[in-house]
Amino acid sequence: MITAKKVTKEYSAKRALDAVDLCIPKGSIYGLLGPNGAGKTSFIRIMNQITAPDDGAVYFGAELLRPSDIARIGYLPEERGLYKKMKVGEQVLYLARLKGLTTSEAKSKAKEWFERLEMTGWWDKKVEDLSKGMAQKVQFVTTVLHEPELLIFDEPFTGFDPINTNLIKNEIKRLNENGATVIFSTHRMESVEEICDHIGLIDNGKVMIEGNLLEIRKHYKDGTFAFTTRTSITDWGEHEVLSQKEDPMGYRTILKAVAFPKDLVISLSQKEALVAFEEVLPTVNDIFIEIVKNGPKPWNHE
Amino acid sequence: MSNPIFLIIQREFLSRVRKKTFILVTLIGPLAFAALMIVPGLLASMPEDNKRIVVLDEPSLLLPHEGKEQYTLEYLDPRENDLELAKDLLRDSEYDALLYIPSGENWDPDFIKNNILLFGKEDPSMELQGYLDYLLEEQINQAKLLKNGVDPEIVAQIKTNVNIKSFTLGEEGNDEQSAVPIKMALGYITGMLIYFFIFFYSVQVMRGVMEEKSSRIVEVIISSVRPYQLMMGKILGIGLVGVLQFIIWIGLSGVLYTVISTLIFPELFAEQAAAGIAGNPAADTVGLEIMDMLRSVNFTTIIMGFAFYFFGGYFLYSALFAAVGSAVDQEADSQQFMLPVTIPMILAIITAMNVIQEPNGSLAFWMSMIPLTSPITMMIRLPFGIPLWEVFLSGAILVATFFIVVGLAGKIYRVGILMYGKKVTWKELFKWLKY
Repeated sequence: MITAKKVTKEYSAKRALDAVDLCIPKGSIYGLLGPNGAGKTSFIRIMNQITAPDDGAVYFGAELLRPSDIARIGYLPEERGLYKKMKVGEQVLYLARLKGLTTSEAKSKAKEWFERLEMTGWWDKKVEDLSKGMAQKVQFVTTVLHEPELLIFDEPFTGFDPINTNLIKNEIKRLNENGATVIFSTHRMESVEEICDHIGLIDNGKVMIEGNLLEIRKHYKDGTFAFTTRTSITDWGEHEVLSQKEDPMGYRTILKAVAFPKDLVISLSQKEALVAFEEVLPTVNDIFIEIVKNGPKPWNHE
Repeated sequence: MSNPIFLIIQREFLSRVRKKTFILVTLIGPLAFAALMIVPGLLASMPEDNKRIVVLDEPSLLLPHEGKEQYTLEYLDPRENDLELAKDLLRDSEYDALLYIPSGENWDPDFIKNNILLFGKEDPSMELQGYLDYLLEEQINQAKLLKNGVDPEIVAQIKTNVNIKSFTLGEEGNDEQSAVPIKMALGYITGMLIYFFIFFYSVQVMRGVMEEKSSRIVEVIISSVRPYQLMMGKILGIGLVGVLQFIIWIGLSGVLYTVISTLIFPELFAEQAAAGIAGNPAADTVGLEIMDMLRSVNFTTIIMGFAFYFFGGYFLYSALFAAVGSAVDQEADSQQFMLPVTIPMILAIITAMNVIQEPNGSLAFWMSMIPLTSPITMMIRLPFGIPLWEVFLSGAILVATFFIVVGLAGKIYRVGILMYGKKVTWKELFKWLKY
């Protein structure tokens, strides 16, 4: 859907993006991750054509990003808000028309969304009279109303209350199932792990790693295993014990194994002490810390 | 897809025009304006309090002058009174002031003029002093003339009142009578109006930009339109509000003035008119002269000039104010940038008097070429009839500067609207120009 090639952006003293290559597959839910100031917002603003890159190119589908593509993008910025003095309905129509919809198109779509999110009756209210949660719903509707092919959410869940967060997560999933590509940008990496299928990790304007989330996690597995046993076991041989604690099924021990702990599994099974055994995949957070500490891990097949 | 800039103009225009404050200001404006025209006339026509002044006139200099409407002069007999008695009288009576004219020795006018005293229960007003000065000077002059054997009648005949009629040399012999006082008034009023309007509407642009920034909607909008389009849409939309407001004001002021003058105070206006037509001959010629002068003023030029310089000045300043609004987070921070931006306008107002007195001097010329002052200064000069090339040159400079300034302001604006929580310095603003 979006392909960035060697995108570079500099602000007077700082290089916000340094030859960034990214590929956001069509139909994916993509997590654009990295700490604050990594360059996520700079990249998003380039996709939205709010700023232009100093160097490099961004492709929308197969073609270079064009000004008319803004109508195909829905963007919820990190710094977001609405005209306080304007009525909800007028505001929704205005923003939709700026995206190229006609008044009647915008009206019928807005009606649908208002019914869907139980917002009927808000049409003639002024935004300043809405509660924060209500305003967030309106903001969400304005982002998706023109049925964009690409949805970009910058820190979408900061400032949203838990009920709205859930509601909006579900709406986003539904939009994705209907064909929209979704980009989440956040510094809270754990918040998108369950929802994203692809991620790109950015730090200091550089892409650290990018690709299918599952593959990345597999690639970064480091021989960590979890054993759940009936009784507390202290002797784990040559394997390093990372943590051990009681849990509802017995005792859960996490090991860093030197090699696949086949013997341990067999012997514990024979003693009928083993309740569960699994390999633990690293979280995105773990991967990020690992990369910042030791650099990216080379792919074996390359 | 319709051009989004029209949508922005539409929103900026409608959201302001539909506000209660717009309706209020637009309706109250002409009321205030009409009051400004009518109230002074009303006040001036009100009868003043009568003041009674007791005069101890030892040399019989003023006697038997009875004063005028507001000031009644009443005389004490100098044979029965002296200054102390007169003072006691003032203290215990209803008189407002005491005028003491001593005769001294030999009734010497030069002695008298230096020893006249005025006592009041309160501080005697400047007006009263001026009036008495005038009366006494006249009497002392006459006394001096008589003393030197000159007939005051002859002096009165000799006294001449020169009345120069000035003309502006026309192209083909049709010289126009020049009308300096009218032109001065016109220049001053239109210059002030332009200053007021430019400032009023430019500040609205700045507020609008800050509102979008502080409500955080601006990034949503510029993901749909270019920042430059948003800025220009706002400037044009608010400009249209100005045009509408101005048209309503002119219309309503006219209606209100007519209504008041014909219905509410008909006798007052009839009096004024009668004084002009049938009253004393002096008033008559003054009226005719004013009519002549008005005819010599080129109103088409002034109205077109006003429209041009209002828009030119407004566009120029509103672009600057938009840049200022984009750079700050709250209105209080805008002061440091607003002052330097408004200094040229203030300068134009400060020099207005000099420009009026010498509309073709070099100060006036240069101030009407410099684009930041030209809308005001040129407007002041326009009624005096300015060479066409000067008007066109000044207009061309203004338009050219507008394009440069809008380009620069647009750059600052583009960066500024996305910059939060940062106290911006001048140095930083210049850096943004290079982004």
